Amino acid sequence: MGESSAKIETRELDAYFGSNKAVKGIDIKVKANHATAIIGPSGCGKSTFIRCLNRMHEVVPGTRVTGEVLLEGEDIYSRGTNPVDVRRRVGMIFQKPNPFPNASIFDNVAYGLRMNGIRDKAFIQEQVERSLKQAALWDEVKDNLDASGVSISGGQQQRLCIARAMAIEPEVLLMDEPCSALDPIATSKIEDLIFDLKNDYTVIIVTHNMQQAARVADWTAFMYLGELIEFNKTKRLFENPEEELTERYITGRFG
Amino acid sequence: MSPRKAYQDELNELGERMNMMGSMAREAITLAAKSFEDLDLSLVERVRELDEKAYETLVKTEKGIIKIIALHAPVAGDLRYVTTSLKITTDFDRIVRYAKDIAEITERVKASNLRHFKVLVSIPRISEMAVSMVDLAVESFLEGDLDKTEEVFVLEDRVDSLYDEIFREVLTYMMENSANITMGMNYQFVARYLERIADHACNIAERTVYMKTGERVEK
Repeated sequence: MGESSAKIETRELDAYFGSNKAVKGIDIKVKANHATAIIGPSGCGKSTFIRCLNRMHEVVPGTRVTGEVLLEGEDIYSRGTNPVDVRRRVGMIFQKPNPFPNASIFDNVAYGLRMNGIRDKAFIQEQVERSLKQAALWDEVKDNLDASGVSISGGQQQRLCIARAMAIEPEVLLMDEPCSALDPIATSKIEDLIFDLKNDYTVIIVTHNMQQAARVADWTAFMYLGELIEFNKTKRLFENPEEELTERYITGRFG
Repeated sequence: MSPRKAYQDELNELGERMNMMGSMAREAITLAAKSFEDLDLSLVERVRELDEKAYETLVKTEKGIIKIIALHAPVAGDLRYVTTSLKITTDFDRIVRYAKDIAEITERVKASNLRHFKVLVSIPRISEMAVSMVDLAVESFLEGDLDKTEEVFVLEDRVDSLYDEIFREVLTYMMENSANITMGMNYQFVARYLERIADHACNIAERTVYMKTGERVEK
C-alpha cells in the first residue's frame, strides 16, 4: 500500500442512537500520513463519525453502525475482528484531558503497554520516554515522572494523553476537539505536535475552530445533519469551497 | 451589537468605500483627460482634490480590511472579496495618481503657453477607451459581473496597440519639426499614463475574476 493511499475508508457508513440516525451514508477516503479535519455545527455527527472509526460508538448502549469502515482495506466491523485490536491501531484523544487520576505521569504512559502484557522494564522505560518526547512533553516532566498525572497543567495533561495514546504505537490518531479546553499557547503546542505527528501517523481531528482546521489539516471534511457535504483540500475548502452550504457555514451565514 | 452584525456592517462599509474609490477613479480620469484635450485649467483643481480624497479613502479602506482580517478571519467568498479589495485599492489609487499627473501636464502646458500642434485624434480615443475600461472594471467588481471583465480584456488589447501607434506617430512629428518636441513629449507622457490606467483597470478585472471564481487569470 502506497504512502498516499487511503488509510481509512468508509463506505455507506450509518450510525444510530436508537432509531435516530446520527451519521448518514458517509463515504470518505482518508489518506495515510495526512491530517484530516472534520468541521460542522454541533450535533452534525462529527464526533459520532470518528467514534465509528475505532468502534467506540458501539460502547454506548442502544447504538448501531452499518456500512463498512476499512482500515488498510480490512473492514473493522467484520465478524471476528476484536474491537480492542482496532482501538490499539486507532487511538483516540478526547476533548477534555483525562489522565488516570491515581497514576503517575510515568504510569499513565506505561499503562497501555502493561495492559498489552509487556513486562520488560527497560523497554517500557524507553517507550515512555519516546512517547513523551513525541508528545513534546518530555522536557517539561522528565524530572517529575512520579508526580500525579493530574498535577500538571491542562495543556500538559492533554499532551500526556497524546503520549499515552502513542505509547502503544497506533497507526491512526483520532482527536475529538483536543484543544477546546486549552489556552492559545497550549493549543499551539498541540497543533505543532499534530503537524509533526502526521509524518508517522494518520491524524483525524474534529474541531469547532475553523482556523485550527485551516492551520493543521491537509484535508477538511464538512458535515451537516449527519451527512458529508464536502471533502476537499483544506486550502480549497476555505478559499473557494465547492458547495454553497460549506460557504454559508464557514462564513458564518448559517440558519 | 452582535459580532455577526458587526462583521456584516464592516463588510458593507468596505463595499461603500470601494464604491467611493471607484467613483473617484472614474471622475478623476475623465476630468484629467478632458483637461488635457481642451487645455482647460478649471478641471485641474478638482482632479487634485480627488487625488487627496482617494488617498484618504485608501488608508481608511486598508485599515478597515486589516480590522476585518484580524477580528473576523474571513474565509471563502468573504476572504476573496476582502483580499481582492485590498489589492485593487492600490489600482484605484494608482489610477487617480496618473489622472493627477495628466492634469499637471495640462498645467505645465498652459504655464508655458504651449498649444496642441494638431487636432487630437488618437489621444481622445485612447482616453475614451481607458475611461470605459475603468468604468467597466469598477462596475464588474462592484456588481461581480464577469461579462464586463471580458469587455475590459478586449479593450486592453486595443489600448496596447493604439498606444504603440501613438508612440510612433508622435515620434514622427517630433522628428519632422523640433518645435514639436516639447508638446510631443507631453503627448507621449499622456498616452503612456492612459495606457497605465488601462492596465490598472485590467488588473481590477483580473482580480474580479478571482473574487468571483477563485481562479487566477492573467491577461
